[in-house]
Amino acid sequence: MKKTYTAPYIERNSAGNLNKYAHTTVVRHQDNIDNVPIRDLIEAHGSPLFVFSERQIRRTYRRLRDTIRIHYPLADITWSYKTNYLSAICNIFHQEGAPAEVVSGMEYELARHNGISGDNIYFNGPSKRKSDLSRAISEGARIHIDHLEELYLIEKIADELGITPKVAIRMNMDTGISPLWTRFGFNYENGEAYRTVQRMVSGGKMKLCGLHTHIGTFILDPNAYYWAATKMLNFAQTIKDSFNIVVEYIDLGGGFASQNTLIDQYTPGELASPSFEQYAEAIGNAFNASVFVKEHHPRLILETGRVLIDESGYLIASVLGKKNLPTGERAVILDAGVNINITAWWYKQRVLPTKPFPGSYQNTVFYGPLCMNIDVIRSAMPFPDLYYGDTVLISPVGAYNVTQWMQFIEYRPNVCLISETGQVDVIREREDMSDMTSREYIPEHLRKV
Amino acid sequence: MNTDQLMTLAVNKNGFIFDPENGISYTVNDTGLFILNQMQKGLEQDAILQLLVDEYDVNIEHARSDMEHYMGMLKALRLVED
Repeated sequence: MKKTYTAPYIERNSAGNLNKYAHTTVVRHQDNIDNVPIRDLIEAHGSPLFVFSERQIRRTYRRLRDTIRIHYPLADITWSYKTNYLSAICNIFHQEGAPAEVVSGMEYELARHNGISGDNIYFNGPSKRKSDLSRAISEGARIHIDHLEELYLIEKIADELGITPKVAIRMNMDTGISPLWTRFGFNYENGEAYRTVQRMVSGGKMKLCGLHTHIGTFILDPNAYYWAATKMLNFAQTIKDSFNIVVEYIDLGGGFASQNTLIDQYTPGELASPSFEQYAEAIGNAFNASVFVKEHHPRLILETGRVLIDESGYLIASVLGKKNLPTGERAVILDAGVNINITAWWYKQRVLPTKPFPGSYQNTVFYGPLCMNIDVIRSAMPFPDLYYGDTVLISPVGAYNVTQWMQFIEYRPNVCLISETGQVDVIREREDMSDMTSREYIPEHLRKV
Repeated sequence: MNTDQLMTLAVNKNGFIFDPENGISYTVNDTGLFILNQMQKGLEQDAILQLLVDEYDVNIEHARSDMEHYMGMLKALRLVED
């Protein structure tokens, strides 16, 4: 006789009320990244230490690409260099098939250094120099025109090189969100974008291949992409009707939110940030309702870097000291601050102990090593007692930190990559005094002190 | 699936579970306890599913669906990880 069956369940016992989102307030520990013990990483490569997970990067890229292509199959996800341009990281995305999206001559040079051909590079940004443009045009890159001076310059270069550059117009528009990002490209609603195309066509020196927009960053409302895509597709149809030019691609830029939590955001990022599916559905709805799409099948390009890399990056930091603040909070001083983790200014990052701790928690503020009051990695959160040499794991930190980090009173640390096989490689070495002095020149009269 | 956290739990035969690392306690029902016990013995999900079907009056499809849901609960509580 078998026992009577009921569906298995488990429930957490609670003495008080759950908070609104049933979000755990208890600090768990994490002692490894992709099964590599954090203790081993620190022993081998020092502290602080950035660690990236190749497995997570590839898995995230494939998931986003597949989710977008379910809704619109002619889609490419480029790799936005500014988000993280360590070459090893870029090459993971390139191996997955991502073209490069660059915003400066330096980034263009880096993409070429990484072996990406010019015709596989989308060149954005507001400050392209003539030398940058000449190289990019001669190598077949797609140039996204930001302002009229750039348009004139491209016409001159086209004459000089005898080449017809492949270009796109950058557009800005109202997508129902605030703030409006109006500094990039030409406005859609007031007709500036149309007049720019008209001017370009009358010049007859370049080929209009696409339309581009970048509506903002950390966009928490996926509908903004619906309106951006709808307006751009309508504009593509207008260009077809007015000039008989069919653009080959619609580039919706970046801005998808990662799972990070904004400093002033109440709801945790993992609950507040839209899913890939929600972004894809909003964009897909606009594309699949468009007459222009039905007739001309443009490619959809995305350049959304943060969402592809943020969760794959970790920062391990060690405790240098602690003190009790007059507010009753505990302060912990870490060897990593906003000098290398600049996104701590924007996000309430997750800070976890790297080993289990008994005992109670106390509200703890995490400071970095800088002599600045604003060097706060994390405002007060319940945390177990830490001691000198203990380590904490800070995440997500994969986006923008290893591009915007500062060389302020500290060397930049080692950056490691854990491969899919578990191998750990240093992908950027810790700096030393030679990084400080190698490009300096001391005049003769100042050499003796 | 990483069950390290699960292995540290103190599991009472009445379905009261205590996590000595952080003081959190949980309550499971009869089938939840059955599955948890088998997981702590190191059995794989398919083997546990077969034991569940042998022990309880349930067909395998039904049990598989419930068990996947249960695994989702354990993941949400961070007692197991992918």
